[in-house]
Amino acid sequence: MSEHSVEKEQSMLLQKQMIAGHYQALARAPEEGRKTVYTFVPGNLTELLRSFDLLPVLPEINALQSGMRKLSAGYIAEAEKYGHSEDVCTYVKCDIGMLKKGNISPTGTQLPNPDLLLLSYTGCFTFMKWFELLRQEYDCPVAMLHVPYQADGKIHPHHRDYVVEQLRSEVIPMLEKISGRRYDEDRLRASLALSVYAEDDLVWVLESAKNTPSPIDAYFGGVYYIGPIFSAFRGTPEGVEYYRTLRQEIEARLRDGLGPITPEGSMGRERYRLVVEGPPNWTSFREFWKMFYDEGAVVVASSYTKVGGLYDRGFRHDPDRPLESLAEYCMGCYTNLGLPSRVELLESYIREYHADGFMINSVKSCNSFSAGQLLMLRQLEERTGIPGGFIESDLVDPRYFSSANIKNRIESYLQMLEQKRGTKVGA
Amino acid sequence: MSATKIYVGIDLGSTTTKAIILNGAGDVLGRGITNSRSNYDVACAVARQEAFVRARFALIRTVLGREAALAAVAKGFLPALERTFHLQQHLDQLDRLRQALRQAAAAPRHRDCREQLHDRVESIVAAMREKAPALYGELAVRKSDFFRDLAAADYMHLAEQHSDPKRVTFDTLCGLFDAAILSVENSTGDGSFEHHISAALDRTLASRPAWKQSAEQLRAAVETARLIELKETGTVGTGYGRQRLPFPKEQIRSEILCHGLGAHALFPRTATVLDIGGQDTKAIQVDANGIVTSFQMNDRCAAGCGRYLGYIADEMNLGLHELGPLAQQSRRRVKINSTCTVFAGAELRDRLSLGQRREDILAGLHRAIILRAMSLLARSGGVRQEFTFTGGVARNPAAVDALRGLIKENYGQQTLNISPDSIYTGALGAALFALRGDREAA
Repeated sequence: MSEHSVEKEQSMLLQKQMIAGHYQALARAPEEGRKTVYTFVPGNLTELLRSFDLLPVLPEINALQSGMRKLSAGYIAEAEKYGHSEDVCTYVKCDIGMLKKGNISPTGTQLPNPDLLLLSYTGCFTFMKWFELLRQEYDCPVAMLHVPYQADGKIHPHHRDYVVEQLRSEVIPMLEKISGRRYDEDRLRASLALSVYAEDDLVWVLESAKNTPSPIDAYFGGVYYIGPIFSAFRGTPEGVEYYRTLRQEIEARLRDGLGPITPEGSMGRERYRLVVEGPPNWTSFREFWKMFYDEGAVVVASSYTKVGGLYDRGFRHDPDRPLESLAEYCMGCYTNLGLPSRVELLESYIREYHADGFMINSVKSCNSFSAGQLLMLRQLEERTGIPGGFIESDLVDPRYFSSANIKNRIESYLQMLEQKRGTKVGA
Repeated sequence: MSATKIYVGIDLGSTTTKAIILNGAGDVLGRGITNSRSNYDVACAVARQEAFVRARFALIRTVLGREAALAAVAKGFLPALERTFHLQQHLDQLDRLRQALRQAAAAPRHRDCREQLHDRVESIVAAMREKAPALYGELAVRKSDFFRDLAAADYMHLAEQHSDPKRVTFDTLCGLFDAAILSVENSTGDGSFEHHISAALDRTLASRPAWKQSAEQLRAAVETARLIELKETGTVGTGYGRQRLPFPKEQIRSEILCHGLGAHALFPRTATVLDIGGQDTKAIQVDANGIVTSFQMNDRCAAGCGRYLGYIADEMNLGLHELGPLAQQSRRRVKINSTCTVFAGAELRDRLSLGQRREDILAGLHRAIILRAMSLLARSGGVRQEFTFTGGVARNPAAVDALRGLIKENYGQQTLNISPDSIYTGALGAALFALRGDREAA
């Protein structure tokens, strides 16, 4: 693939600048006296942090960026030296390794130490352990936001009140203390109003995949599309600008009847429409993606692009209910949903996006995703009559991506769909 | 001259490469198998050639079958011809081995003993040639179908006799063989029907008076079969090396689909297929038409596959085919926990040192493999009636015993199908796809 020049759209360049700019701002933070808060993608409170002029650092994003830039293997090895087992979440090990090697960001800039660890606990048990480790390393305060799991698939008023109460009585006072600023609700409202613009445009982009052919790949392309809104740019003017640009690009593709853009240009004929569950592999991301687009397989919807919020199911941040909507946002993230809700969501994607099949990329080191995936597979097969595919890889540990095996499974699965189509069995 | 349409399926596996030729009715005309070695292109060519040779013999059988007068003579003649043909092929390969050995002996590091080396090589190969006919005798049991294995066994034995600790050591002779066999294996040579049939025919006809008497008719029958044009109408490739095949993409199918369809062809009531090959295990569910509806494969580790047995056989200094029968003699199975090949090797040595019987340990190892397969089967949707077991490991009786027991324990009584040709299941499926493709195009 290296011999091909990678095509980049305006939105991609914009995103690249935004990310680089953010890492630079983080590098300058200590000398400029700005404070930083480490926090997680699911249930992130970016607008609230920004309203205190705090800069967010997202260790998961650092880990996946390190994976894509071929840095993670070294970091994981480093963490293993410190006694972290091979089976521990590889994001955690990548992060710990990066820290032990001097906390240099994936773009090569220095990352500042955290002034606060904001632990929004949304469905992933490992988050708690992760920040426990970071607290040990940095000796800094932790603010814990406990987000109730959506066991019955509903957000109850008492759940919301419970989260809002924590925001008021624990998180906000802590942020005031760290930043030295008073909580400014008007500032927060203004930021949340900007979030809504970006969220609307993102949903439009994701839903453009309902068209045939789909102008986007909602998994491999999707992970780029969610980048700004899932990380540091929700509620910022740059975020709004990015999503406006992206939407215009996709509108143009749709008008021109073009398929998704891939690293090798526009995809050829759309032969299979898939729904994918689970995070992607980052260390061989391009190779993984190529296994799909070479076969004409386009992902029309994915659950991974919902880890930072289910905007396509109607949720919006609400400037009129700032803390309430932040609370609802945290509870509505995909990893905070119980298995029945996840199955229901995937089933509706399969139907709404006219998918031919669905595939699970199972990552053993990621419990918040992998637990229950085979059960989900069976239930989805029963509900939709469509066979599911199952592949296994890892987030950022390159040792667990066996290319031949994965390619074999993907090709077998797609040929199986083709064969079923030919004979109309199970159609 | 008549023509017959044929369809070729090729399965480039990690351990062996298989080829199958079907006629237009879907009957198997010929099968070929070879070790995949490090060169898939050559492996593919060799397996194909072998399948074509067998297909020609199938045609000779058909031609002879038409002549009632020859029926009595033909009965013994055809197998003898086939054996002689393979002997000719073997001798041809020995010639190539001799060349390669001489070439290896010419390397500068053998400067001091070149003369002696040449002499020893000549003596060894001459002795190997002498022993060759016995390998293809009427009642001969060959330990392997592959030239590499047969030649290695003879060569090592002879090298011991022809070496001395001072001038030409056993190690030197072994080194020569390793280099030479690689070069023999990595070139196709000409083992074709055309190339060897005439010599094989002469030799066979001369071997028995009854055949000599009917020589003219027999020659005519062979000639008729030889002249039938085999029109390769469709070819489909599958297996791990399938990307290496010089076919367009449409002619390449995943082995999962091929195993499903192949198993269905062998046993039409198949609902669940378990395939244990060299480096992967597949649990496949198929519908009434042999179409795959669901499958599971071993993930990022190939523990518990065919290679595991190969490794264990090496560790125990046994032939692969000896493992199963030995394990069957177990009276008290040892529980082996590890399916990691390397750990199992360590566990094996550990148990041997504790004085446990080889048979009992082997029985435990076989069960460990099947336990792993059981988990894949469960994940793919369970075992349904009928159940077909394919792949190289299906030839191992102890693996089959363990599977039968565990299936009964977990799924109740099920029909377990195993074909003696199960190793060809993938290639058969591929050939059927080729046939089906042609029918659909028509």
